[in-house]
Amino acid sequence: MTSAAQMTPRGFKKQASAALEDVSLQRALGNVRDGFIAKRSKAVAKLPEFDDLRDQAREIKDHVIENLDVYLERFEQNVVMQGGTVHWAADTKAAQEAVLTICRLVGARTVTKGKSMIGEEIHVNPFLEENGIEPVETDLGEYIIQLREEPPSHIIAPAIHVNKEQVADAFLEHHTDLPRDRNLTDNAALLAEARAKLRDRFLEADVGITGANFLIAETGSTVIVTNEGNGDLTQTLPRIHIVLASIEKVVPTLEDASTLFRVLARSATGQEMSVYTTVSTGPRRPGDLDGPEQFHVVLVDNGRSKLIGSDWQDILRCIRCGACLNHCPVYSAVGGHAYGSTYPGPMGKVLTPVIMGIKEAGQLPNASSFCGRCEEVCPMHIPLPKMMRHWREEEFNRGLSPRLGRWALGFWSRAAGMPWLYRLGARMSIAWMSRKARKLGRPFGAGQLPLAGGWTGHRDFPAPQGITFQSAWRKAKREPSRRPLGPGR
Amino acid sequence: MTDAAPLPSARAGILGRIQSRLDARTDRTAREASAKERLADRRANLVPARGQLAPADQVNLFVRMAEEADATVTRVAAATDVPAAVSDWLRQNNRPMNVRRAPDPTLDAYPWAAEALLTVEAGKAESTDETSVTAAHCGVAETGTLMLTSAEDRPTTLNFLPESHIVVLRADQVVGSYEDGWTLLRQTQTVDSGWIMPRTVNFITGPSRSADIEQTLQLGAHGPRQLHIIVVGEAADDDNAEDGENSDNPV
Repeated sequence: MTSAAQMTPRGFKKQASAALEDVSLQRALGNVRDGFIAKRSKAVAKLPEFDDLRDQAREIKDHVIENLDVYLERFEQNVVMQGGTVHWAADTKAAQEAVLTICRLVGARTVTKGKSMIGEEIHVNPFLEENGIEPVETDLGEYIIQLREEPPSHIIAPAIHVNKEQVADAFLEHHTDLPRDRNLTDNAALLAEARAKLRDRFLEADVGITGANFLIAETGSTVIVTNEGNGDLTQTLPRIHIVLASIEKVVPTLEDASTLFRVLARSATGQEMSVYTTVSTGPRRPGDLDGPEQFHVVLVDNGRSKLIGSDWQDILRCIRCGACLNHCPVYSAVGGHAYGSTYPGPMGKVLTPVIMGIKEAGQLPNASSFCGRCEEVCPMHIPLPKMMRHWREEEFNRGLSPRLGRWALGFWSRAAGMPWLYRLGARMSIAWMSRKARKLGRPFGAGQLPLAGGWTGHRDFPAPQGITFQSAWRKAKREPSRRPLGPGR
Repeated sequence: MTDAAPLPSARAGILGRIQSRLDARTDRTAREASAKERLADRRANLVPARGQLAPADQVNLFVRMAEEADATVTRVAAATDVPAAVSDWLRQNNRPMNVRRAPDPTLDAYPWAAEALLTVEAGKAESTDETSVTAAHCGVAETGTLMLTSAEDRPTTLNFLPESHIVVLRADQVVGSYEDGWTLLRQTQTVDSGWIMPRTVNFITGPSRSADIEQTLQLGAHGPRQLHIIVVGEAADDDNAEDGENSDNPV
């Protein structure tokens, strides 16, 4: 089996099949279905204005994107005025170099990290390791998967694929200074052990790296939203605070950010408000007793600027709440690693082709049933299915889709252009299928329907009633009393 | 343009790409005007009705929401009662009788010496500190959220490093919404050139927690395991309420 760290979007089909067979993963994924969905809907029901807030949240980010150059310049100006520094990074390489340069200037040996998806996107951990700097993840979930040498499988619950027995195994393997026969059976003991282990790391780190949920143009502030408090210890204790943020995170004012706070926590974890929402503005000030001496913001583009004016512009509104992952039937069946990309689930299916190219990531926008739940729950009203369709079109137009699929689509579109041929073909195949199904006495199973192995390999294909929909429709119009289409309206 | 930007070509590249795409739709002067207006306006968006109550009801809502988020709350009549309330809480929770408090003038004024068994030191948090005491900027009723600001006499580490965190909040510092909190900040933190954004603003709703292991909630991840709020006094009189009837009913 491929390890999660080696998975790629190209391997999606194989990885998804393996995920479906993975008993321990399937057990863990039950926690997505049972936890997040119910919590969100309860929180939403408690706030009558939730839908109106979503509309406003969308307007705020649309306004920002329509004026993004001006807001980024204003943000930079205010960071500098507050004594901070802004580093612009066009791509992964540049962002990595910016982080390394800052770390080297202060001779950093260990770096603590708050949870950051952009940090994952630019692979900052392996890069720092290659350069002799030890990155220490401090979010509990991130810490667990760092020990397990895995990438996160969910954008807000990185270790959602791990069961507690596996957490205990990882702690036994890595915390070798502790007695082997200690109790690691309950969650409280596991949490207490991680807390104790990470205490010293917080205090000894030279640099703290966090992400940013929002950047505020008005004040040059960066915002992190967390529950554990690790992000705050990460950014307050070391001498240097580095904020990694992608360019679309900027919002105009503190008031605008407040509106987004209201939709973020409820959509993500179903909380009224996350425990810690921290707004940071520049380094420690004269007379301050604590806080970092330097404040750096690395602004990462990595393909996002090209989305403006494209079919995928709306993904720039995404606030990374994870609601689309939690409500996605594909995500909850295969988990996050199968996608082979930093961002899994519906938002990942749209964003990954931006970062890696459609050639590399083409399977992802195809892995959707278009059920539309992602768009329904998105606090920012992002039309995710529509954008997946745009990627499918792009893939088809560039000749990147698999040959059999292209050939079948071409054949279908030619046939559909000739109604008599289409009807004839449909009548013949339906008649053949009904006869065969009658003989079987049950729906089609594996290997019983040519060209449909991809379907019947996993579930039965229902037997047709005997005539095509079009003939049934015509018949019903002629004899309204018969209503062959079902029990009536 | 800033001279400090270490990667000027990257900056020009990114901003150039954004600009050329936006120029196809709007012109730069229109964008500048639109952003300038919004930044000057600082207009509040929709504020939920939940927190828009008479002051006394706001305090009650704050308390209820904070407790729902697993914080504990006690109410005392006067600021002079705070040290005794701190001692009581420590005793009831079997916590060591020593606290690190912010060197905040608000807290300086309290009669700490009256608590003979309580050791009180002022300063930033040290890794060995068990319990911290800080004063709040305000409390937001909507979600039971504390708003704490950093300053010379309000070190941020006190909010995160100790095992337990006690926050003192005057009832008349409770506001309805986050927006009200910002407005208050803009009114109080001013110098000649305008208002000053504190280096750190912490919105805190309950004690630290994590659900990262099997989505099961556990309190006390990396920040304080316990958050205790001491609400002092009564809410300010409601201008709209007659006979002050709203302020007669403390929880």
